[in-house]
Amino acid sequence: MMEAAAQLGSTDTVPVDAIDLRREFEDVEIAPVLAQLDRELVGLAPVKTRIREIASLLLVERIRQKMGLATTFPTLHMSFTGNPGTGKTTVALRMAGILHRLGFVRRGHVISVTRDDLVGQYIGHTAPKTKEVLKKAMGGVLFIDEAYYLYRPENERDYGQEAIEILLQIMEQQREDLVVILAGYGDRMEKFFQSNPGFRSRIGHHIDFPDYSGGELLTIAELMLEGQNYRFTPEARAAFERYIAVRRTQPLFSNARSIRNALDRIRLRQANRLVSRLDRVLTSAEVTSIEAADVLASRVFNRPEAVEMQP
Amino acid sequence: MRVTQGCFSFLPDLTDEQITAQVQYCLDRGWAVNIEFTDDPHPRNTYWDMWGLPMFDLRDAAGIMRELADCRRIYGDRYIRISGFDSTHGWESVRISFIVNRPKQEPGFRLDRQETVGRNLRYATKSYATGRPEGERYQP
Repeated sequence: MMEAAAQLGSTDTVPVDAIDLRREFEDVEIAPVLAQLDRELVGLAPVKTRIREIASLLLVERIRQKMGLATTFPTLHMSFTGNPGTGKTTVALRMAGILHRLGFVRRGHVISVTRDDLVGQYIGHTAPKTKEVLKKAMGGVLFIDEAYYLYRPENERDYGQEAIEILLQIMEQQREDLVVILAGYGDRMEKFFQSNPGFRSRIGHHIDFPDYSGGELLTIAELMLEGQNYRFTPEARAAFERYIAVRRTQPLFSNARSIRNALDRIRLRQANRLVSRLDRVLTSAEVTSIEAADVLASRVFNRPEAVEMQP
Repeated sequence: MRVTQGCFSFLPDLTDEQITAQVQYCLDRGWAVNIEFTDDPHPRNTYWDMWGLPMFDLRDAAGIMRELADCRRIYGDRYIRISGFDSTHGWESVRISFIVNRPKQEPGFRLDRQETVGRNLRYATKSYATGRPEGERYQP
């Protein structure tokens, strides 16, 4: 008790009865972390809520420690489910930094793995391979993308089950050392959890990533362009808004990823437009601005269903 | 007789917390940490048995401490040491090595004298423990 108080820099005698919440809040620097999250991630309300909850928990645990009450380390293993391009991987990579700044993991690095990195090819290969990965992830976050591939019910001699067992064991025993984040598409993760009930109960946070709305996608597009030093002209912005509305109704739409790909193609068309007239002086405004024509040349507008939708 | 080999061997045995701190020091410098064990305490026995492969690319000591716990569970009656190998150019050698586990009873060494030609003497140190076969040396 005395030590804990000394570590936290408190001069009061222990245990204390009353604590200034605001001062405590400012001490752990939660606010900048949350502000950065709000600034850099568009939408994703459930995710932000959960991170806010985890941050609050940290604050309360610290206060409880100062008051001499029992503290337990929370289960931080997470499962991210959602459609393609809803930001699961982005958030997982960022989560390590957040947990590190909040003091839940010691190093804050991310080891991103898929089935290939965990499951071996012959008998006796899987356990050392999985343990190796787990050792590397200690003190940070282990991110398992498309986790449902670990379990292959159609092949009963599949080594995936072995990897799952080791994973479960470590997740239970070394909760303070390692945070495991599983990610994958909603329906398939559901099936995965059904066949591995141990997993579901060991994961503290099941977070579902909703699809982005049209407005959010536009904001994302503008953020992406800003990062690359481009901007829409007002007409191009309107055209892109229409592009999003049309693209969302078409098959194989994968949220932010489709937007990124669309922007890449728009940049190609813009470059082509600029280069087509060589004998002139270019201004930086011309180089950075994307015109409506660059957007409207997209193939998306020429599909039959798109034509019907045009006003 | 207490065997003194490597760093810290004249100090009391390190606690797990102290071992963790030393291992973290190695990892922070990018050294590959290795766990080895033996039941032949002779000072010239340099090559100990390896517990798995040396651990490269780790960030946190927790993984190594888990391996050490596994090693102790099976070879808890032997000597276990941790070493840190620095692969940077110019060093390329073991930078730190310290004992993290030792048998409960360390019977010590015997000095053998052999009389040879011209009243010369040859000396040999022998561990009392090595009188028994490998694997049974420190069992009660």
